[in-house]
Amino acid sequence: MKQHWLVRPGTIRLLWAVFLCVLALTVLASLITDVHAWFWLDGTFAFNAWYGFATCIGMVVFAKLIGRLLHRKDTYYDRN
Amino acid sequence: MTGISAIPPGLPLLLGALLLPLFGPRVRAILALGLPLLTLALAWQVADGTILRIPFLDYELEPVAGDRLSRLFGTIFAIAAFAGALFALNRARVIELAAGLACAGSAIGVTFAGDLITLVVFWEALALASTLVVWSAMTDQSYHASMRYILIHLLGGVLLMTGIIGHVADTGSVTFTTMALDSPAHWLILAGFLVNAGAPPLSAWLPDAYPEASPTGMVFLSAFTTKIAVYVLLRGFPGTEILIYLGLYMIFYGIVYALLENDMRRILAYSIVNQVGFMICGIGIGTEISMNGAASHAFTHIIYKALLLMSAGSVLYMTGKRKCTDLGGLFHSMPLTTTCAIIGALSISAFPLTSGFISKSMISQAAAGEHLALVWFLLTAGSAGVFLHAGVKFPWFVFFQKDSGLRPPDPPLNMRMAMIFFAFLCLAIGIWPAPLYDILPFPVDYVPYTRTHVVEMLQLLLFSGLAFFIMLPYMKRTPTITLDWDWFYRRLGPGVSSMMTPVINYWHTYTRIGFLRHLGTLLGTLFLYHGPQGILARTWATGSMVLWVVILLGLYLLAYYY
Repeated sequence: MKQHWLVRPGTIRLLWAVFLCVLALTVLASLITDVHAWFWLDGTFAFNAWYGFATCIGMVVFAKLIGRLLHRKDTYYDRN
Repeated sequence: MTGISAIPPGLPLLLGALLLPLFGPRVRAILALGLPLLTLALAWQVADGTILRIPFLDYELEPVAGDRLSRLFGTIFAIAAFAGALFALNRARVIELAAGLACAGSAIGVTFAGDLITLVVFWEALALASTLVVWSAMTDQSYHASMRYILIHLLGGVLLMTGIIGHVADTGSVTFTTMALDSPAHWLILAGFLVNAGAPPLSAWLPDAYPEASPTGMVFLSAFTTKIAVYVLLRGFPGTEILIYLGLYMIFYGIVYALLENDMRRILAYSIVNQVGFMICGIGIGTEISMNGAASHAFTHIIYKALLLMSAGSVLYMTGKRKCTDLGGLFHSMPLTTTCAIIGALSISAFPLTSGFISKSMISQAAAGEHLALVWFLLTAGSAGVFLHAGVKFPWFVFFQKDSGLRPPDPPLNMRMAMIFFAFLCLAIGIWPAPLYDILPFPVDYVPYTRTHVVEMLQLLLFSGLAFFIMLPYMKRTPTITLDWDWFYRRLGPGVSSMMTPVINYWHTYTRIGFLRHLGTLLGTLFLYHGPQGILARTWATGSMVLWVVILLGLYLLAYYY
């Protein structure tokens, strides 16, 4: 079966390249924004970029830990 | 009282919904689509202030009272009812369509209720109607889920009603006004409202019940129950500090549980709790901009969440599958559904040019303006987390990831039209927010599209996306559920009660045997002394009685003499 263009490895590599370029551009765009820090930490360079990335990693790790404790088979409540 | 504006706007929809099953498909379709539009028109006839007063017992009911806030919520509820009906038309059971419209009618009834008695009547009608929507999926799971759902909502109703009685006893007035947490009655009212909002500890009813509804039913459910709670909290408890922390809890609860979830509609259900958390946090902050943020976020949320659920509903309707582990690669054959899901996902993530961007940011802005540092940092992390669990995870696992081999076509015409309508609204409000800003409760002095705000939001969201794809190996879906607070009443409670049965039986049997034995001894003793042959029941000779009298009198004489 012919692969859809969107799932070809070449396309996926291209998408990653474009995505990384866009990421770099948004970080560079920090240079042209007027930083108005409400608290000191949010005045750091490209605050939203690193803060978004770090908190997301944090949330996934936290979710995994919670999951260890609270995961059950999805038939858990079926045996009533 | 002036003619048409004295009709409670929710009433025609509520009554019309009850008549729906009496008509054939053609009339039913006209009613299902026409009644919400009629309601919308009626809602905009209601001027500011109390329009209708009806004396009832010692009180005065105000079934039609309007202001900017009630018209805003009346508008979005009517639009949600219209789109929900369009999506469900000819696809859902008649009872589900009727119950869905009755939900909308009751919610709009609450929206225009000026007094607490009218409010509680429509509030309970909403609980019943939404239970029927869950129930009308007609599966075993939906039956059990609907029973758990109504138990929780009846509990919420009892809390609310008890609080209202206390409030009326304290103040002598049934008018629904802003309340402070200064009496047990007001705490009870707040608790009753929060049950509907999906606040902790009773938040599990939402991801438990909603995903058991039919593909079309969950679209109705998502719009009314939680958002009516947001409405009454906006009116009753603005600036109540505890709401900030409850809201923050809901935001992260929604994210973490959605990240762990496998069922696509349960992901979206957790995400409702997450989004309502943002609104409740905004209400807790209580400034004009945060109240505008919460109100407008409820408005945009109803649209994009319904859109997301329509796309998930379309997938479920066409494939019969709802777990991420069974889905994937559907973009091949469902291009329209995929596009609409992505628009909904971008909107919920507050991507620039979508509706979430122009509403949610007002709440963060308010937190910054009030110098609530911790709240602001958590709200920002929460915004990143929304993109993670709903913005990327939902479309990725359903429409992309692995190829499941499923090739269902896009859903039937009416479902497609409903999705296109709401996708259009998501983009239109995002690009042109002025009409929404014009109908918010307070004057809007907020410009969403500044260079800084757009760049900051793009950074936040795109780097969250990067985090998602980097962490993808750790996010592999497993056929699991995550235990929630409902474990206490679904497992622990029944477990304890079934464990106690033998103990109580043992205790009962042995105390009963012991009791009977003692009773037997007692009866034997009594019989011995008082029975026909007992010493105390014997007949006595007259002579011995006279002798005893003489002795007693003699003793008395002696005692008297000395």
